[in-house]
Amino acid sequence: MMNSLHIDPSKCTGCLQCEMACSYENYGVFAPAKSRIKIFDFHETGRKVPYTCTQCDEAWCMHACPVNAITVDRATGAKVVNEATCVGCKVCTIACPFGTVNYVQDTGKVQKCDLCGGKPACAEACPTSAITYINADWTGLDRMRMWAGKLDSQSLAGNA
Amino acid sequence: MSWARNVLRVNFAKGTCAPEPLNMKWAGEFLGQRGLATKYFIEEVSPKVDPLAPENKLIFATGPLTGTMASTGGRYSVITKGALTGAIACSNSGGYWGAELKMAGWDMVIFEGKSPKPVYLKIENDKAELIDASDIWGKTVWQTEEILKKKHQDPQARVSSIGRAGETGCLYAGVINDLHRAAGRSGVGTVMGSKNLKAIIVRGTKGVGNIRDMKGFMSAVAAGKKVLADNAVTGQGLPKFGTQVLMNVINEIGALPTRNHRDIQFEGAHDISGEAMHEKRRTDGKANLVTNQACFGCTIACGRISKIDETHFTVINKPQYWGASGGLEYEAAWALGAANGVNDLEALTYANFICNEDGFDPISFGATVGAVMELYEMGVLKKEQLGIEAPFGSAKALTYFAEMTAKGEGFGKEIGLGSKRLCEKYGHPDLSMTVKGQEFPAYDSRGIQGMGLTYATSNRGACHLRSYTVASEVLGIPIKTDPLETEGKPALVKAFQDATAVFDSAGICLFTSFAWTLADVAPQLQAACEGDWSLDNLAVVGERIWNLERQFNLSAGLTAADDKLPKRLLSEPAKTGPAKGKVNELGKMLPEYYQVRGWSPDGRPTAETLKRLGLPA
Repeated sequence: MMNSLHIDPSKCTGCLQCEMACSYENYGVFAPAKSRIKIFDFHETGRKVPYTCTQCDEAWCMHACPVNAITVDRATGAKVVNEATCVGCKVCTIACPFGTVNYVQDTGKVQKCDLCGGKPACAEACPTSAITYINADWTGLDRMRMWAGKLDSQSLAGNA
Repeated sequence: MSWARNVLRVNFAKGTCAPEPLNMKWAGEFLGQRGLATKYFIEEVSPKVDPLAPENKLIFATGPLTGTMASTGGRYSVITKGALTGAIACSNSGGYWGAELKMAGWDMVIFEGKSPKPVYLKIENDKAELIDASDIWGKTVWQTEEILKKKHQDPQARVSSIGRAGETGCLYAGVINDLHRAAGRSGVGTVMGSKNLKAIIVRGTKGVGNIRDMKGFMSAVAAGKKVLADNAVTGQGLPKFGTQVLMNVINEIGALPTRNHRDIQFEGAHDISGEAMHEKRRTDGKANLVTNQACFGCTIACGRISKIDETHFTVINKPQYWGASGGLEYEAAWALGAANGVNDLEALTYANFICNEDGFDPISFGATVGAVMELYEMGVLKKEQLGIEAPFGSAKALTYFAEMTAKGEGFGKEIGLGSKRLCEKYGHPDLSMTVKGQEFPAYDSRGIQGMGLTYATSNRGACHLRSYTVASEVLGIPIKTDPLETEGKPALVKAFQDATAVFDSAGICLFTSFAWTLADVAPQLQAACEGDWSLDNLAVVGERIWNLERQFNLSAGLTAADDKLPKRLLSEPAKTGPAKGKVNELGKMLPEYYQVRGWSPDGRPTAETLKRLGLPA
């Protein structure tokens, strides 16, 4: 079974624990500026949205890389940047439709989410389960259950 | 070590921004933020200084846990001599700005002198420079943030600034960061304005990594988060209702000051409560509350994000107020609402937006309006001078006064002086509900006796955030005490005051203390920082900080005679509720408080006490 990151923006409070967990996992420091997951705060509506790589199967970044620095982690399905191979050409950052692979000035390489080898630190740190790491085939299960529950209560009410 | 070990010193006269190493001996004695910055302040500034003179200094300080994964570890404080109070001032704020400063590599910024012209400070990691602020002077907090982020092409930067209230001399102007998080009390924003400092924009990409024992820290932090999640207040009540969870509770126990403390229960309490913020409005079918929001690193998320009804009289044809923004916390809802007898939730939300937009304290503002309304009903103040009819309950008067105070125009100029100066000016000093010049927050000390002692002895004037004995007297945290009894309260107040000083110095939010005791904080600090941060020592550190602040106030000219309450609370019995017939019995508590503090009968720390705490005489 393969898992994937599942994001529920309605549960996000904007605490940035995920950003700190990400930067700590990868750089050993608490630094949202170095995080591979970003929280976007749309203050006019009050919405806060966690956003990161969704690990496309046919990943644009991977196909665009001229030196094959981006490869698939067979265990997790993550598209992983091999820093030793990456030449910092940034073509992948142009290819990615979602902007989730980014250049890092300090290292001269690109970085993106690699699912922490199958134990994503962001999901573990999230206090509200806005970010979870669940069965990739069934990321919609909770939402289905919620709506199914509503349907059930309505039909019961209708019968009464 | 967790401190960045760097202080940025900004000298306006010389126009310099110079780094200097953090005094680690002091950090070992005073921890950080409130305690450590107060130590710096007291060493460098004469206690007799005029708060608005160039010789007063202004310090923005983080704590050792600021910018870490410790839950709520995003706090900073602004320390100065208060414009409103003339006492030591220390106002604490959340949001994201404090963590950003720490991540840029700074523990604190010390501002000295006065700039000859309006400026703002720009910090990008090690680089700091003063920049001409003529393009943002006269702008609101909200405009300032937008302009600066655009100008510097950095949407990820964080901005802390003053609004027009801080420029035009409102004595309780605050410093606002991230649009609606506030270092709100005592006029720290007024001092900022007096220095011609408009804003500080920060971008910190370095992060915080110098944790003493990272593995131990991560496990202590995880344990702390679990305690917060499992606790009914921090895990459920605060995320759902915010601090507004208190409105109905405090009203029911008969401790909700109403109409300038004439009454002790408000018939409109439910209308302005946390529960009401969830209810669908009749006008548009939407709730006032849009969502809750966390500050940096906070796993509680008590912040309120609200939207005003677009058809409400306050915002008709004003689409700039139709978006979501910082909603009512309990203190603001009380001060803008019950204190004035106003039960219009939308009007209160609008007034709260204005307080954020132009940077002034809704507690002091709302409480001052309460005094104005009482003086109006007595016939002392007239419609002609106020610009509007202002009986208790008038939402129109409240929001009109908010707009005028924001701009420093008309009678707003006088409201901006606070209730003490206003009531003195109009011949009724007894009607000012203040201690040391600062307005009371939302707990009537006739119904919660310990809060009377809290207010009277608070080092920054009337304040609930110096010893929140409400936790014990009402909520039973950590143990239930009787709110109508005075017995045991002096020791309770001392214990809360000392512990609070530690929370405020660590870089975390005081609201964690609904669930955490110092025993939960100690392991996090001990893993993060060098030095002795055991439970035993933290208790001493807290007491040391409290006495340090007291020493400053005594040197500034305050005395035991300033540890007092307004006559109304001591002689006009509560009219209704469980506290009916009660006044606050401060006289019973104060002498014993001095005793348990190790102070002389005239409220001065004895030589023995100072020696025990390692403070100079």
